[in-house]
Amino acid sequence: MALPAKDAPVLLRLDGITKRFGALTANDAVCLDLKQGEILALLGENGAGKTTLMNILFGHYVADEGSVLVSRGDGDLSPLEPGSPHAALEAGVGMVHQHFTLAENLSVLDNILLGTEKLSTLKSRRAPARRKLEDLMTRSGLAVSLDMRVSQLSVGEKQRVEILKALYRNAKVLVLDEPTAVLTPQESDTLFAILKKLADAGLGIIFISHKLAEVMAASHRIAVLRGGAKVADLPTSECDQRQLAELMVGHEVSETVRGTGAPGDTLFILTGVSAGESRESIRDVNLDLRSGEILGIAGVSGNGQTMLARVISGLETPFAGSMRLGERTLTQANARTMIDAGLARIPEDRHRDGIVGAMTVSENLAIEAIRKPDCQRFGLLRFAAMREKARAMIDAYDIRCQGEDSPARLLSGGNIQKIVLARTLETEPKVVLAAQPSRGLDVGATSEVYRRLLAARARGAGVLLISEDLDELMRLSDRIAVIHRGHLSDAEPTETLDRGTLGLRMAGHTMEAAE
Amino acid sequence: MIRFEPRGPVAVSRTIGVSVTAAVAALVLAAIPMLFAGLSVLDAYVLMIKGAWGSMFAFTEMLTRASPLILTGLAAAVAFRAKLWNIGAEGQLYAGALAAVAVGTGLISGPSFVLVPAVIVAGALAGGLVMLVPTLLKTRLGVDEVVTTLLLNFVILLFVQMMLEGPMQDPMGMGWPQSEPILDEAALPKLMDRMRIHWGLVIALAASLGVYFLLKRTVWGFEIRAVGENAAAARHAGIPVTATFIRVGLLSGALAGLAGVGEVAGLKGYLTADLSPGFGYSGIVVAMLAGLSPIGVVFAALFIASIFVGADSMSRATGVSNYLADLIVAISLLSVLVSGLFLRFRIRLAGTRPARESAK
Repeated sequence: MALPAKDAPVLLRLDGITKRFGALTANDAVCLDLKQGEILALLGENGAGKTTLMNILFGHYVADEGSVLVSRGDGDLSPLEPGSPHAALEAGVGMVHQHFTLAENLSVLDNILLGTEKLSTLKSRRAPARRKLEDLMTRSGLAVSLDMRVSQLSVGEKQRVEILKALYRNAKVLVLDEPTAVLTPQESDTLFAILKKLADAGLGIIFISHKLAEVMAASHRIAVLRGGAKVADLPTSECDQRQLAELMVGHEVSETVRGTGAPGDTLFILTGVSAGESRESIRDVNLDLRSGEILGIAGVSGNGQTMLARVISGLETPFAGSMRLGERTLTQANARTMIDAGLARIPEDRHRDGIVGAMTVSENLAIEAIRKPDCQRFGLLRFAAMREKARAMIDAYDIRCQGEDSPARLLSGGNIQKIVLARTLETEPKVVLAAQPSRGLDVGATSEVYRRLLAARARGAGVLLISEDLDELMRLSDRIAVIHRGHLSDAEPTETLDRGTLGLRMAGHTMEAAE
Repeated sequence: MIRFEPRGPVAVSRTIGVSVTAAVAALVLAAIPMLFAGLSVLDAYVLMIKGAWGSMFAFTEMLTRASPLILTGLAAAVAFRAKLWNIGAEGQLYAGALAAVAVGTGLISGPSFVLVPAVIVAGALAGGLVMLVPTLLKTRLGVDEVVTTLLLNFVILLFVQMMLEGPMQDPMGMGWPQSEPILDEAALPKLMDRMRIHWGLVIALAASLGVYFLLKRTVWGFEIRAVGENAAAARHAGIPVTATFIRVGLLSGALAGLAGVGEVAGLKGYLTADLSPGFGYSGIVVAMLAGLSPIGVVFAALFIASIFVGADSMSRATGVSNYLADLIVAISLLSVLVSGLFLRFRIRLAGTRPARESAK
C-alpha cells in the first residue's frame, strides 16, 4: 500500500487525552497523530476505549485532561473546542457511527443537506448541492442514488451516505467506528478500496476495529489501545497478526482447536419453518442438527438470524412448518417447553434476554429452574439450596462477582455470559442454541465460550451457532449454512468452504450464480 | 453542567433514608403556602401532630384512616413491582365495597363467623375481577393498563351511583342515594369501645406481612420480581409472564377491594358514593413513598393518614382549608420521585473530580 509522504502535514493531534467514568479510566493519557493521506487503524478489544476516544474527538464527551488539536489549513494546529460536535464539524472532522444517524423517511439528498443549511434562508440550495455531490461521487467511487429514500437502501449504501455526508461538509478527517460490522466480506473490500482512494486524495482516515485481518489489509499505521492506554503505534508493514493479538490482549493468545468431531444421530430438525412478517423474518427454513456437531449459521446482521433464534428459543410461534427435538414435535412457542425438552438457549442480547439485572447472581443462576424441586418446595423458595448451587456454579464457571448475593447488573459482559452458560449448560442439554455468543466479549471470555461449546459438542450435544463473525464460524463449526433475507442455505462441511464463497452467499448469490 | 453518575448497589438504609427525606422535604415545602396563609408554620405542624397523635381518640382516628391506605398502597406496590400499572385502586375499592354490601345486607344470613368471611371474600373477589379486565386486555391485546384502569374508576363509580339510586337504594333512606345498612353479623368488629377503629387494620397489617412473604419467599413472588425487573429475560427463561400478570392483577385488585370492605363493613356500615376520599389514588403515593416495599407501605400509610387527620384538626383550629393535606401528599410524591433520582445516581457539577479520587 502506498504510504503517505513522510513530510505530510499533521491533520489531527490528540494530546494526552484522559477520560474517567467513575472509577473506570476509559482513556489514559492517549496521544495520537494523524497525517494527511493516512489511514490509521485504531485497534483494541471491546472496552479498550476506542469509541470513547473518538467520541471525545467528535465532541460527544469532554476529556478530563488533554486536548484535541486540528489543522486549520495552514499547517498550524489549534485546539478544538471541547464538547461541541458542531465545532468538530466546522473544523472538518466527520464521523461515521456504528449505528447510522440517518432519517429513514427522507431522501439521500435531504439527509446529506440536513443541518448544513441556514434556517434563515428561504431558498434551499439543492441544485448546487447535487452538483457538488455528483462530483464527489465520481471522484471517490461512492455511488448512491441521491433521490432514493434512505429506508430503501441496503446497509452498505447507508454507510456510503454517511461518508458522503461527511465529505459534503468538507471533512478533512474521517472517523469510522467499526465500519465492517454490518458488511459482507466483499462489501468490506469495496469500502476499503474507497477509503484508500479518499486517502490518496488527501483525507486523513481513522477506522476503529477489532478484526486483525482487515486492520492488516487496509491501514498504513496501527495504534493499539488496551485498558484505555495506547500500547503500540506502528507502521502496518512492521506488524503481524499474532503480535497485534498479543498487544491487544496483553498476553499470549492460545488458539481454540476444534479437533475432529463424531457426529451421531439427528437430534433437532426444522422443516419448512416460516415466521415473522417484516424485514426480520424467516421463510421456509430447513435445518437438521446432529449430535456431536457444531452447525454454524452465517449471515450479515438483519437477515433473519434474530427471528430464527427467537423461534428456536420458544419466543415466537412460526406460522408454518414444524420443529422436532428428538421424539417431540414443538409447534407452539413456549420457552418452558423448549427448556424442558432439553434445549439450552444462549440469547443474542444477553443484557435484555439473558439476565434480570436487579436480581442477584444466585437468582439469575436459578431462574430457568425455579420451579424444579431443587429450588422450591410447595411453592416456597429454597434459598439455602439455591445459594449453595450458585456458589458451586460460580466456582465451576469462574464467574467474577462479589458473592452470589450481588446484583447481576454489576457484572461485566463476560461474566454475565458465564451466568448464562452456567445455568444453561449445567443441565447437560441435548441441543444448544448459541446466538452471537461472543459478541462484545473480550478475548479471554470468548475463548471460555468456545471451550464450553466445544465441550458440549464432545459430550454429544448438537450445537447451533449463529454468528456474524466468519472467523469464529470457520474455527468452531463442523458444517456451515448461510442465511440471507430469511432463507437458509443447505449446510456444507466447513472444509469445503472458504471465506470468499461464504461472503458471496451472505450477499445473496446462490451457488449457481457464483460459478 | 450537571452530570449524573449511576451508583452501585443500594443499601436498605439508603432506601429508607430517601423515603424519610422525601417526607420531610414535603413538609418543608408545604410551609411556603402556610406562610402565605398567615400561619405560624411551627404552630400549624404542632396542631397537626396533636390532631393525629395527641390523644387516644386522635391516634385511633389516624389508624382508622391508615387502614384503607395500607391496603390500597399494597395494591399499588404489588402491581408496580411487576410493572403492571394499576391506577384503578379507587374503582376496585368501590367494587369491593359494593360486593360487601350486596352480600352483607341480607343476601345470605347466618352467624358472624360465616357472614364476616363471606363479606371479606366477596369484596376481595370483586376487586380482583375488576382488575382482571384491564390485565387481560393488556396481556391479550396489548392495551395500555394505565388508561383502562384509570378510566374504569369512573365507570365503576357511576355504576355504584346507579345501584345506589336504583336497585340497592335503602327504602328507609328517605331518598338518599345510599345502600341498606350492613347486618350487625356481617360488620367487621370494632377493636376498641367507643372508638371507630375496627378489624380492617388487622386485615391490612396481615396483608402487608402476607405480601412481603409472597414477594420474598415464594416462587410466585420470584416470578413477579423477575417479570417486573426484566420481562424479556423472564419470558426467555421460561417464566409464565402472562400468568404472572394475571396473578398480580387479581391480587392487586383484591387488596384494593379489601380496602372497600373495611370502609363499608368496618366503618360506615352502609355504602354511599362518597365512601372514599381518594384512597385509591393516595395508595399510589403510599406505595411510591414506601419504595414499593410491602412493610414500608405500613409506615408510609401512617404518615399520609397523619397528614390527612392532622390537617383536618389543624383546619378546624385555624380556619385554613384542609386541602393543605392534599398539597402535602402531592408534594411528598414529587419529592419521592426526585429523591429516587438521587438514590440511583450520584449528582456532580461539571469540572469537579470524582469523589473517590479526591477522598484519597
